[in-house]
Amino acid sequence: MCGIVGLFAKSTEVEERLGEHLAAMLVQMSSRGPDSAGVAVYRDPAPGDWSKLTLYSADPREHWGAVMDGLRDAFGECEEPSIRASHAVLVVGADAAAAESWVREHRPDLRVMSAGRVIEIYKETGLPEEFAAAFALEDIRGTHALGHTRMATESRVTTEGSHPFSTGFDLCLVHNGSLSNHNRLRENLRREGVEFQTENDTEVAAGYLAWRMREGATLEQALEGCLEDLDGFYTFAVGTADGFAVLRDPIACKPAVLAETDDWVAMSSEWRSIAVLPGAADARAWEPEPAVVYVWEKALV
Amino acid sequence: MAVPATREAVEVVDLETTSLRELNQRLHDLARVSGPQSWRILNPNGAHALACGLDADIEIEIQGHVGYYCAGMNKRATVRVHGNASTGIAENLMSGLVVVDGNVSQSAGATGRGGLLVVRGDASSRCGISMKGIDIVVGGSVGHMSAFMAQKGCLVVCGDAGEALGDSIYEARIYVRGRVASLGADCVEKEMRDEHLAQLAGLLEAAGVDASPADFRRYGSARRLYNFEIDNAGAY
Repeated sequence: MCGIVGLFAKSTEVEERLGEHLAAMLVQMSSRGPDSAGVAVYRDPAPGDWSKLTLYSADPREHWGAVMDGLRDAFGECEEPSIRASHAVLVVGADAAAAESWVREHRPDLRVMSAGRVIEIYKETGLPEEFAAAFALEDIRGTHALGHTRMATESRVTTEGSHPFSTGFDLCLVHNGSLSNHNRLRENLRREGVEFQTENDTEVAAGYLAWRMREGATLEQALEGCLEDLDGFYTFAVGTADGFAVLRDPIACKPAVLAETDDWVAMSSEWRSIAVLPGAADARAWEPEPAVVYVWEKALV
Repeated sequence: MAVPATREAVEVVDLETTSLRELNQRLHDLARVSGPQSWRILNPNGAHALACGLDADIEIEIQGHVGYYCAGMNKRATVRVHGNASTGIAENLMSGLVVVDGNVSQSAGATGRGGLLVVRGDASSRCGISMKGIDIVVGGSVGHMSAFMAQKGCLVVCGDAGEALGDSIYEARIYVRGRVASLGADCVEKEMRDEHLAQLAGLLEAAGVDASPADFRRYGSARRLYNFEIDNAGAY
Protein backbone atom coordinates (compact mmCIF):
# COMPACT_ATOMS: atom_id res chain seq x y z
CA MET A 1 0.00 0.00 0.00
CA CYS A 2 1.25 3.50 0.92
CA GLY A 3 0.08 6.69 -0.70
CA ILE A 4 2.30 9.22 -2.41
CA VAL A 5 1.50 12.70 -3.60
CA GLY A 6 3.38 15.47 -5.33
CA LEU A 7 2.45 19.04 -6.13
CA PHE A 8 4.40 21.43 -8.34
CA ALA A 9 3.15 25.01 -8.40
CA LYS A 10 3.02 26.85 -11.72
CA SER A 11 1.36 29.99 -10.34
CA THR A 12 2.03 32.21 -7.33
CA GLU A 13 -1.51 31.52 -6.07
CA VAL A 14 -0.68 27.85 -5.72
CA GLU A 15 2.74 28.65 -4.19
CA GLU A 16 1.00 30.74 -1.52
CA ARG A 17 -1.29 27.87 -0.58
CA LEU A 18 1.05 24.95 -1.25
CA GLY A 19 0.92 23.55 2.30
CA GLU A 20 -2.85 23.77 2.49
CA HIS A 21 -3.22 21.85 -0.80
CA LEU A 22 -0.58 19.34 0.26
CA ALA A 23 -2.36 18.67 3.55
CA ALA A 24 -5.66 18.09 1.74
CA MET A 25 -3.96 15.67 -0.65
CA LEU A 26 -2.32 13.75 2.21
CA VAL A 27 -5.53 13.38 4.16
CA GLN A 28 -7.15 11.79 1.12
CA MET A 29 -4.43 9.13 1.20
CA SER A 30 -5.11 8.13 4.85
CA SER A 31 -6.62 4.78 3.91
CA ARG A 32 -3.49 3.89 1.91
CA GLY A 33 -1.15 4.80 4.75
CA PRO A 34 -2.46 5.29 8.29
CA ASP A 35 0.82 4.49 10.12
CA SER A 36 2.80 7.65 9.46
CA ALA A 37 2.96 10.65 7.19
CA GLY A 38 5.60 13.00 5.91
CA VAL A 39 6.29 15.81 3.49
CA ALA A 40 9.21 17.41 1.73
CA VAL A 41 8.65 21.06 0.89
CA TYR A 42 10.83 23.22 -1.34
CA ARG A 43 10.68 26.83 -0.14
CA ASP A 44 12.60 29.93 0.92
CA PRO A 45 16.10 29.11 -0.41
CA ALA A 46 18.90 29.85 2.02
CA PRO A 47 21.07 32.78 0.87
CA GLY A 48 24.13 32.23 -1.35
CA ASP A 49 26.62 29.99 0.38
CA TRP A 50 24.36 29.30 3.38
CA SER A 51 22.47 26.10 3.96
CA LYS A 52 19.29 24.86 5.56
CA LEU A 53 18.90 21.84 7.85
CA THR A 54 15.74 20.16 9.09
CA LEU A 55 16.45 18.45 12.42
CA TYR A 56 14.30 16.06 14.43
CA SER A 57 14.45 15.52 18.17
CA ALA A 58 12.75 12.70 20.06
CA ASP A 59 12.69 15.01 23.09
CA PRO A 60 9.51 17.12 22.99
CA ARG A 61 11.23 19.72 25.22
CA GLU A 62 14.29 20.01 22.99
CA HIS A 63 16.08 23.31 23.54
CA TRP A 64 16.64 24.33 19.92
CA GLY A 65 18.23 27.60 20.99
CA ALA A 66 21.23 25.63 22.25
CA VAL A 67 21.63 23.99 18.84
CA MET A 68 21.52 27.42 17.20
CA ASP A 69 24.15 28.71 19.65
CA GLY A 70 26.38 25.75 18.84
CA LEU A 71 26.09 26.37 15.10
CA ARG A 72 26.82 30.08 15.64
CA ASP A 73 29.93 29.24 17.61
CA ALA A 74 31.08 26.89 14.86
CA PHE A 75 30.18 28.90 11.74
CA GLY A 76 29.55 32.46 12.90
CA GLU A 77 25.98 32.70 11.70
CA CYS A 78 22.73 30.79 12.24
CA GLU A 79 19.22 32.17 12.09
CA GLU A 80 16.63 31.62 14.84
CA PRO A 81 15.19 28.11 14.54
CA SER A 82 11.80 27.72 12.90
CA ILE A 83 10.05 25.03 14.94
CA ARG A 84 7.24 22.73 13.81
CA ALA A 85 6.27 20.06 16.38
CA SER A 86 9.27 17.71 16.81
CA HIS A 87 11.25 19.30 13.98
CA ALA A 88 13.24 22.52 13.61
CA VAL A 89 14.64 24.23 10.53
CA LEU A 90 17.96 26.02 10.96
CA VAL A 91 19.51 28.26 8.32
CA VAL A 92 23.27 28.27 8.81
CA GLY A 93 26.12 30.36 7.42
CA ALA A 94 27.98 27.31 6.15
CA ASP A 95 27.65 24.81 3.35
CA ALA A 96 25.26 21.92 3.89
CA ALA A 97 27.97 19.28 4.26
CA ALA A 98 29.77 21.20 6.99
CA ALA A 99 26.57 22.06 8.86
CA GLU A 100 25.31 18.46 8.69
CA SER A 101 28.67 17.07 9.88
CA TRP A 102 28.66 19.44 12.83
CA VAL A 103 25.23 18.22 13.96
CA ARG A 104 26.21 14.57 13.60
CA GLU A 105 29.37 15.10 15.60
CA HIS A 106 28.09 17.39 18.33
CA ARG A 107 24.46 16.36 18.59
CA PRO A 108 24.24 12.66 17.66
CA ASP A 109 20.92 12.50 19.53
CA LEU A 110 19.34 14.64 16.79
CA ARG A 111 18.40 13.28 13.39
CA VAL A 112 19.14 15.27 10.23
CA MET A 113 15.95 14.90 8.19
CA SER A 114 17.15 17.04 5.31
CA ALA A 115 20.06 19.21 4.27
CA GLY A 116 20.43 21.56 1.36
CA ARG A 117 19.46 25.11 0.49
CA VAL A 118 15.79 24.72 -0.31
CA ILE A 119 14.36 21.48 1.07
CA GLU A 120 12.54 20.99 4.40
CA ILE A 121 11.34 17.56 5.51
CA TYR A 122 8.77 16.86 8.20
CA LYS A 123 7.56 13.38 9.12
CA GLU A 124 5.95 11.67 12.08
CA THR A 125 4.01 8.57 13.05
CA GLY A 126 0.22 8.80 13.17
CA LEU A 127 -2.63 9.60 10.86
CA PRO A 128 -2.07 12.13 8.05
CA GLU A 129 -4.73 14.42 9.49
CA GLU A 130 -3.01 14.54 12.90
CA PHE A 131 0.34 15.08 11.22
CA ALA A 132 -0.95 17.96 9.08
CA ALA A 133 -2.41 19.67 12.16
CA ALA A 134 0.62 19.10 14.41
CA PHE A 135 3.00 20.52 11.81
CA ALA A 136 0.66 23.35 10.73
CA LEU A 137 1.09 22.41 7.07
CA GLU A 138 -1.56 24.90 6.00
CA ASP A 139 0.85 27.78 6.79
CA ILE A 140 3.55 26.54 4.44
CA ARG A 141 4.30 28.34 1.22
CA GLY A 142 6.62 26.87 -1.37
CA THR A 143 7.28 26.01 -4.99
CA HIS A 144 6.83 22.24 -4.91
CA ALA A 145 6.31 19.45 -2.43
CA LEU A 146 6.09 15.71 -2.02
CA GLY A 147 4.10 13.76 0.53
CA HIS A 148 3.83 10.21 1.73
CA THR A 149 1.39 8.22 3.85
CA ARG A 150 2.85 4.95 5.05
CA MET A 151 1.45 1.49 5.58
CA ALA A 152 4.57 -0.19 6.93
CA THR A 153 5.62 -3.54 5.50
CA GLU A 154 9.35 -4.08 5.80
CA SER A 155 10.55 -1.96 8.72
CA ARG A 156 9.26 -0.49 11.96
CA VAL A 157 6.74 2.31 12.40
CA THR A 158 8.98 5.06 13.73
CA THR A 159 9.61 8.69 12.89
CA GLU A 160 12.94 7.70 11.32
CA GLY A 161 11.32 4.96 9.24
CA SER A 162 8.67 7.35 7.97
CA HIS A 163 9.05 8.80 4.51
CA PRO A 164 10.18 10.94 2.67
CA PHE A 165 13.87 10.07 2.68
CA SER A 166 16.61 12.43 1.70
CA THR A 167 20.12 11.16 1.18
CA GLY A 168 21.46 14.00 -0.91
CA PHE A 169 21.33 17.77 -0.59
CA ASP A 170 17.90 19.05 -1.63
CA LEU A 171 17.06 15.60 -2.99
CA CYS A 172 14.03 13.70 -1.86
CA LEU A 173 12.19 10.58 -2.90
CA VAL A 174 8.79 9.12 -2.00
CA HIS A 175 7.99 5.57 -2.96
CA ASN A 176 5.01 3.29 -3.25
CA GLY A 177 6.13 -0.30 -3.62
CA SER A 178 8.98 -2.48 -2.40
CA LEU A 179 12.47 -3.14 -3.66
CA SER A 180 13.97 -6.63 -3.59
CA ASN A 181 17.66 -5.88 -4.20
CA HIS A 182 18.06 -3.09 -1.66
CA ASN A 183 20.46 -4.91 0.70
CA ARG A 184 23.05 -5.61 -1.97
CA LEU A 185 22.60 -2.16 -3.49
CA ARG A 186 22.99 -0.51 -0.06
CA GLU A 187 26.32 -2.24 0.44
CA ASN A 188 27.51 -1.20 -3.01
CA LEU A 189 26.48 2.40 -2.39
CA ARG A 190 28.16 2.46 1.04
CA ARG A 191 31.39 1.59 -0.72
CA GLU A 192 30.78 4.65 -2.88
CA GLY A 193 30.51 6.77 0.26
CA VAL A 194 26.72 7.10 0.44
CA GLU A 195 25.51 7.09 4.06
CA PHE A 196 22.30 5.40 5.20
CA GLN A 197 20.48 5.89 8.48
CA THR A 198 17.95 3.03 8.33
CA GLU A 199 17.42 -0.45 6.85
CA ASN A 200 14.61 0.91 4.69
CA ASP A 201 14.44 0.00 0.97
CA THR A 202 13.24 3.45 -0.07
CA GLU A 203 16.26 5.12 1.50
CA VAL A 204 18.41 2.97 -0.80
CA ALA A 205 16.56 4.26 -3.87
CA ALA A 206 17.08 7.83 -2.64
CA GLY A 207 20.76 7.05 -2.02
CA TYR A 208 21.10 5.59 -5.50
CA LEU A 209 19.70 8.77 -7.09
CA ALA A 210 21.96 10.94 -4.93
CA TRP A 211 25.01 8.91 -5.98
CA ARG A 212 24.13 9.01 -9.69
CA MET A 213 23.57 12.77 -9.59
CA ARG A 214 26.78 13.30 -7.58
CA GLU A 215 28.54 11.43 -10.40
CA GLY A 216 27.17 13.92 -12.89
CA ALA A 217 23.88 12.43 -14.06
CA THR A 218 20.88 14.67 -14.57
CA LEU A 219 17.71 13.85 -12.64
CA GLU A 220 16.33 12.28 -15.80
CA GLN A 221 19.44 10.15 -16.38
CA ALA A 222 19.55 9.05 -12.74
CA LEU A 223 15.93 7.89 -12.96
CA GLU A 224 16.61 6.03 -16.19
CA GLY A 225 19.38 4.25 -14.30
CA CYS A 226 16.77 3.04 -11.76
CA LEU A 227 15.15 1.01 -14.52
CA GLU A 228 18.43 -0.90 -14.92
CA ASP A 229 19.66 -1.13 -11.35
CA LEU A 230 16.60 -1.39 -9.10
CA ASP A 231 14.66 -4.63 -8.83
CA GLY A 232 11.16 -4.48 -7.41
CA PHE A 233 7.91 -2.59 -7.58
CA TYR A 234 7.90 1.14 -7.46
CA THR A 235 6.16 4.33 -8.26
CA PHE A 236 8.57 7.14 -7.37
CA ALA A 237 8.02 10.83 -7.00
CA VAL A 238 11.28 12.74 -6.74
CA GLY A 239 12.03 16.32 -5.77
CA THR A 240 15.16 18.39 -6.35
CA ALA A 241 15.80 22.06 -5.61
CA ASP A 242 14.27 23.04 -8.93
CA GLY A 243 12.56 19.89 -10.23
CA PHE A 244 9.90 17.30 -9.75
CA ALA A 245 9.85 13.88 -11.43
CA VAL A 246 7.77 10.70 -11.57
CA LEU A 247 8.79 7.17 -12.55
CA ARG A 248 7.01 3.79 -12.49
CA ASP A 249 8.71 0.44 -12.86
CA PRO A 250 8.19 -1.46 -16.15
CA ILE A 251 5.52 -3.75 -14.67
CA ALA A 252 3.66 -0.78 -13.17
CA CYS A 253 1.58 -2.63 -10.57
CA LYS A 254 1.71 0.35 -8.24
CA PRO A 255 -0.84 3.01 -9.06
CA ALA A 256 -0.18 6.56 -10.19
CA VAL A 257 -2.12 9.36 -11.75
CA LEU A 258 -0.81 12.66 -13.08
CA ALA A 259 -2.81 15.81 -13.72
CA GLU A 260 -1.91 19.25 -14.99
CA THR A 261 -3.57 22.65 -15.24
CA ASP A 262 -2.18 26.12 -15.97
CA ASP A 263 -1.62 26.50 -12.22
CA TRP A 264 -0.14 23.17 -11.09
CA VAL A 265 1.13 19.70 -11.87
CA ALA A 266 0.02 17.03 -9.43
CA MET A 267 0.87 13.39 -8.95
CA SER A 268 -0.85 10.94 -6.66
CA SER A 269 -1.46 7.27 -6.04
CA GLU A 270 -5.14 7.97 -6.60
CA TRP A 271 -7.41 10.56 -8.14
CA ARG A 272 -9.02 11.27 -4.75
CA SER A 273 -6.01 13.40 -3.75
CA ILE A 274 -6.06 15.40 -6.95
CA ALA A 275 -9.81 15.95 -6.84
CA VAL A 276 -9.32 18.30 -3.86
CA LEU A 277 -7.16 20.75 -5.88
CA PRO A 278 -8.68 23.90 -7.42
CA GLY A 279 -9.69 23.35 -11.03
CA ALA A 280 -9.17 19.57 -10.82
CA ALA A 281 -12.39 18.80 -12.67
CA ASP A 282 -10.99 20.48 -15.79
CA ALA A 283 -7.40 19.26 -15.42
CA ARG A 284 -5.70 17.14 -18.06
CA ALA A 285 -5.36 13.80 -16.26
CA TRP A 286 -3.48 10.69 -17.34
CA GLU A 287 -1.85 7.56 -16.03
CA PRO A 288 1.95 7.72 -16.33
CA GLU A 289 3.33 5.08 -18.69
CA PRO A 290 5.47 2.28 -17.24
CA ALA A 291 9.25 2.89 -17.42
CA VAL A 292 8.84 6.48 -18.66
CA VAL A 293 10.50 9.36 -16.79
CA TYR A 294 8.36 12.49 -16.36
CA VAL A 295 10.20 15.65 -15.28
CA TRP A 296 9.12 19.21 -14.57
CA GLU A 297 11.69 21.88 -13.73
CA LYS A 298 11.65 25.53 -12.83
CA ALA A 299 14.25 28.25 -12.53
CA LEU A 300 15.75 28.26 -9.04
CA VAL A 301 15.13 31.53 -7.22
CA MET B 1 -44.66 -3.44 -3.02
CA ALA B 2 -43.63 0.06 -4.02
CA VAL B 3 -44.88 1.53 -7.25
CA PRO B 4 -42.10 1.75 -9.84
CA ALA B 5 -41.12 5.31 -10.57
CA THR B 6 -41.64 6.75 -14.01
CA ARG B 7 -38.65 6.69 -16.32
CA GLU B 8 -38.46 10.48 -16.51
CA ALA B 9 -37.80 10.92 -12.81
CA VAL B 10 -34.04 11.07 -12.28
CA GLU B 11 -32.79 10.48 -8.76
CA VAL B 12 -29.86 12.85 -8.22
CA VAL B 13 -27.35 11.99 -5.49
CA ASP B 14 -24.49 14.34 -4.63
CA LEU B 15 -21.57 12.57 -2.94
CA GLU B 16 -20.52 15.88 -1.39
CA THR B 17 -23.58 15.61 0.84
CA THR B 18 -24.46 11.89 0.78
CA SER B 19 -22.07 9.21 1.98
CA LEU B 20 -20.84 6.58 -0.46
CA ARG B 21 -22.09 3.85 1.86
CA GLU B 22 -25.58 5.32 1.97
CA LEU B 23 -25.72 5.60 -1.82
CA ASN B 24 -24.49 2.05 -2.38
CA GLN B 25 -27.00 0.74 0.17
CA ARG B 26 -29.86 2.50 -1.64
CA LEU B 27 -28.69 0.99 -4.93
CA HIS B 28 -28.34 -2.48 -3.40
CA ASP B 29 -31.86 -2.25 -1.98
CA LEU B 30 -33.18 -2.07 -5.56
CA ALA B 31 -32.42 -5.80 -5.93
CA ARG B 32 -35.33 -6.44 -3.57
CA VAL B 33 -37.52 -3.33 -3.61
CA SER B 34 -38.44 -1.23 -6.63
CA GLY B 35 -37.38 2.40 -6.71
CA PRO B 36 -35.98 5.00 -9.06
CA GLN B 37 -34.83 3.53 -12.37
CA SER B 38 -32.70 6.44 -13.42
CA TRP B 39 -29.91 7.87 -11.27
CA ARG B 40 -27.38 10.65 -11.58
CA ILE B 41 -24.38 10.69 -9.24
CA LEU B 42 -22.54 13.99 -8.73
CA ASN B 43 -19.03 14.64 -7.34
CA PRO B 44 -17.65 11.09 -7.22
CA ASN B 45 -14.15 12.60 -6.75
CA GLY B 46 -12.41 9.27 -7.21
CA ALA B 47 -14.45 7.37 -4.62
CA HIS B 48 -13.88 3.62 -4.52
CA ALA B 49 -16.41 0.84 -5.08
CA LEU B 50 -19.04 3.22 -6.41
CA ALA B 51 -22.17 1.47 -7.75
CA CYS B 52 -20.71 -1.94 -6.99
CA GLY B 53 -22.72 -5.12 -6.70
CA LEU B 54 -25.87 -3.87 -8.40
CA ASP B 55 -28.63 -6.30 -9.34
CA ALA B 56 -31.44 -4.27 -10.92
CA ASP B 57 -32.57 -2.94 -14.30
CA ILE B 58 -31.49 0.63 -13.62
CA GLU B 59 -29.49 3.33 -15.40
CA ILE B 60 -26.80 5.23 -13.54
CA GLU B 61 -24.94 8.26 -14.86
CA ILE B 62 -21.85 9.28 -12.91
CA GLN B 63 -20.61 12.84 -13.51
CA GLY B 64 -16.87 12.83 -12.86
CA HIS B 65 -13.89 10.55 -12.24
CA VAL B 66 -14.33 7.36 -10.21
CA GLY B 67 -11.91 5.35 -8.07
CA TYR B 68 -11.31 1.61 -7.79
CA TYR B 69 -13.76 -1.15 -8.73
CA CYS B 70 -16.59 1.07 -9.97
CA ALA B 71 -19.56 -1.04 -11.16
CA GLY B 72 -17.79 -4.19 -10.04
CA MET B 73 -19.86 -7.41 -9.93
CA ASN B 74 -22.68 -5.60 -11.71
CA LYS B 75 -25.76 -7.50 -12.86
CA ARG B 76 -28.31 -6.03 -15.29
CA ALA B 77 -27.67 -2.35 -14.56
CA THR B 78 -26.28 0.21 -17.02
CA VAL B 79 -23.56 2.39 -15.50
CA ARG B 80 -22.13 5.33 -17.48
CA VAL B 81 -19.07 7.17 -16.18
CA HIS B 82 -18.62 10.65 -17.63
CA GLY B 83 -14.96 10.86 -16.69
CA ASN B 84 -12.01 8.53 -16.08
CA ALA B 85 -12.02 5.35 -14.00
CA SER B 86 -9.30 3.94 -11.80
CA THR B 87 -8.22 0.32 -11.26
CA GLY B 88 -10.72 -2.48 -11.81
CA ILE B 89 -13.65 -0.78 -13.54
CA ALA B 90 -16.44 -3.36 -14.06
CA GLU B 91 -14.38 -6.01 -12.33
CA ASN B 92 -16.21 -9.35 -12.39
CA LEU B 93 -19.05 -7.88 -14.45
CA MET B 94 -21.87 -10.46 -14.60
CA SER B 95 -24.23 -8.77 -17.06
CA GLY B 96 -25.42 -5.31 -18.06
CA LEU B 97 -23.46 -2.46 -19.60
CA VAL B 98 -20.69 -0.22 -18.30
CA VAL B 99 -19.52 2.73 -20.42
CA VAL B 100 -16.63 5.04 -19.55
CA ASP B 101 -16.22 8.22 -21.58
CA GLY B 102 -12.60 8.80 -20.56
CA ASN B 103 -9.60 6.58 -19.86
CA VAL B 104 -9.44 3.65 -17.46
CA SER B 105 -6.60 2.37 -15.31
CA GLN B 106 -5.33 -1.16 -14.80
CA SER B 107 -7.29 -4.40 -14.86
CA ALA B 108 -10.45 -3.07 -16.51
CA GLY B 109 -13.11 -5.78 -16.71
CA ALA B 110 -10.91 -8.24 -14.82
CA THR B 111 -12.47 -11.72 -14.39
CA GLY B 112 -15.73 -10.46 -15.96
CA ARG B 113 -18.32 -13.20 -16.54
CA GLY B 114 -20.71 -11.44 -18.94
CA GLY B 115 -22.09 -8.09 -20.05
CA LEU B 116 -20.32 -5.38 -22.02
CA LEU B 117 -17.68 -2.87 -20.94
CA VAL B 118 -17.07 0.05 -23.30
CA VAL B 119 -14.11 2.40 -22.81
CA ARG B 120 -14.12 5.41 -25.14
CA GLY B 121 -10.54 6.40 -24.29
CA ASP B 122 -7.52 4.25 -23.50
CA ALA B 123 -7.24 1.37 -21.06
CA SER B 124 -4.07 0.80 -19.08
CA SER B 125 -2.24 -2.47 -18.44
CA ARG B 126 -3.89 -5.85 -17.86
CA CYS B 127 -7.19 -4.87 -19.49
CA GLY B 128 -9.45 -7.94 -19.48
CA ILE B 129 -7.10 -9.99 -17.30
CA SER B 130 -8.61 -13.44 -16.69
CA MET B 131 -11.85 -12.44 -18.47
CA LYS B 132 -14.41 -15.25 -18.37
CA GLY B 133 -17.16 -14.19 -20.76
CA ILE B 134 -17.30 -10.40 -20.61
CA ASP B 135 -17.00 -8.43 -23.86
CA ILE B 136 -14.76 -5.36 -23.72
CA VAL B 137 -14.58 -2.70 -26.43
CA VAL B 138 -11.83 -0.10 -26.08
CA GLY B 139 -12.00 2.92 -28.39
CA GLY B 140 -8.35 3.77 -27.82
CA SER B 141 -5.35 1.62 -26.93
CA VAL B 142 -4.65 -0.94 -24.22
CA GLY B 143 -1.51 -1.35 -22.09
CA HIS B 144 0.78 -4.30 -21.53
CA MET B 145 -0.39 -7.80 -20.53
CA SER B 146 -3.95 -7.19 -21.71
CA ALA B 147 -6.18 -10.28 -21.91
CA PHE B 148 -3.65 -12.14 -19.75
CA MET B 149 -5.05 -15.65 -19.11
CA ALA B 150 -8.30 -14.60 -20.80
CA GLN B 151 -10.68 -17.54 -20.87
CA LYS B 152 -13.87 -16.48 -22.66
CA GLY B 153 -15.40 -13.37 -24.21
CA CYS B 154 -13.97 -10.79 -26.61
CA LEU B 155 -11.52 -7.94 -26.20
CA VAL B 156 -11.84 -5.39 -29.00
CA VAL B 157 -9.10 -2.75 -29.27
CA CYS B 158 -9.61 0.03 -31.81
CA GLY B 159 -6.14 1.49 -31.17
CA ASP B 160 -2.88 -0.28 -30.35
CA ALA B 161 -2.05 -3.03 -27.87
CA GLY B 162 0.97 -3.03 -25.51
CA GLU B 163 3.53 -5.76 -24.84
CA ALA B 164 2.60 -9.40 -24.25
CA LEU B 165 -0.97 -9.24 -25.53
CA GLY B 166 -2.99 -12.34 -24.66
CA ASP B 167 -0.27 -14.05 -22.66
CA SER B 168 -1.36 -17.58 -21.66
CA ILE B 169 -4.75 -17.03 -23.27
CA TYR B 170 -7.44 -19.74 -23.29
CA GLU B 171 -10.52 -19.40 -25.49
CA ALA B 172 -11.15 -15.65 -25.46
CA ARG B 173 -10.95 -13.73 -28.75
CA ILE B 174 -8.95 -10.57 -29.26
CA TYR B 175 -9.56 -8.12 -32.12
CA VAL B 176 -7.06 -5.28 -32.62
CA ARG B 177 -7.21 -2.58 -35.28
CA GLY B 178 -3.83 -0.95 -34.63
CA ARG B 179 -0.33 -2.15 -33.86
CA VAL B 180 0.42 -4.93 -31.39
CA ALA B 181 3.71 -4.29 -29.55
CA SER B 182 4.18 -8.02 -28.94
CA LEU B 183 2.15 -11.16 -28.38
CA GLY B 184 2.42 -13.06 -25.10
CA ALA B 185 3.14 -16.75 -24.67
CA ASP B 186 0.84 -18.99 -26.71
CA CYS B 187 -1.04 -16.06 -28.31
CA VAL B 188 -1.07 -16.05 -32.11
CA GLU B 189 -2.74 -14.19 -34.95
CA LYS B 190 -5.64 -16.13 -36.41
CA GLU B 191 -7.64 -16.02 -39.60
CA MET B 192 -10.55 -13.57 -39.64
CA ARG B 193 -13.47 -15.58 -40.96
CA ASP B 194 -17.05 -14.43 -41.67
CA GLU B 195 -18.27 -15.50 -38.24
CA HIS B 196 -15.59 -13.31 -36.63
CA LEU B 197 -16.41 -10.31 -38.84
CA ALA B 198 -20.07 -10.71 -37.91
CA GLN B 199 -19.27 -11.02 -34.20
CA LEU B 200 -17.01 -7.96 -34.32
CA ALA B 201 -19.59 -5.92 -36.25
CA GLY B 202 -22.14 -6.74 -33.54
CA LEU B 203 -19.78 -5.69 -30.74
CA LEU B 204 -18.81 -2.43 -32.45
CA GLU B 205 -22.45 -1.59 -33.00
CA ALA B 206 -23.38 -2.43 -29.40
CA ALA B 207 -20.54 -0.19 -28.23
CA GLY B 208 -21.52 2.64 -30.56
CA VAL B 209 -18.10 2.65 -32.21
CA ASP B 210 -17.84 3.64 -35.86
CA ALA B 211 -15.20 1.27 -37.22
CA SER B 212 -14.99 -1.26 -40.02
CA PRO B 213 -14.52 -4.89 -38.88
CA ALA B 214 -12.35 -5.52 -41.93
CA ASP B 215 -9.66 -3.23 -40.46
CA PHE B 216 -9.10 -5.53 -37.46
CA ARG B 217 -6.90 -8.56 -36.95
CA ARG B 218 -7.84 -11.48 -34.73
CA TYR B 219 -5.65 -13.09 -32.07
CA GLY B 220 -6.23 -16.13 -29.90
CA SER B 221 -4.72 -19.18 -28.28
CA ALA B 222 -2.35 -21.52 -30.15
CA ARG B 223 -3.43 -24.07 -27.50
CA ARG B 224 0.14 -25.21 -26.99
CA LEU B 225 0.05 -24.61 -23.22
CA TYR B 226 -2.99 -26.81 -22.68
CA ASN B 227 -0.92 -29.96 -22.33
CA PHE B 228 2.44 -30.59 -20.79
CA GLU B 229 5.13 -31.08 -23.41
CA ILE B 230 8.04 -33.18 -22.34
CA ASP B 231 10.36 -31.10 -24.53
CA ASN B 232 9.73 -28.14 -22.16
CA ALA B 233 10.70 -30.04 -19.02
CA GLY B 234 14.03 -28.23 -18.88
CA ALA B 235 12.27 -24.91 -18.54
CA TYR B 236 10.81 -25.74 -15.12
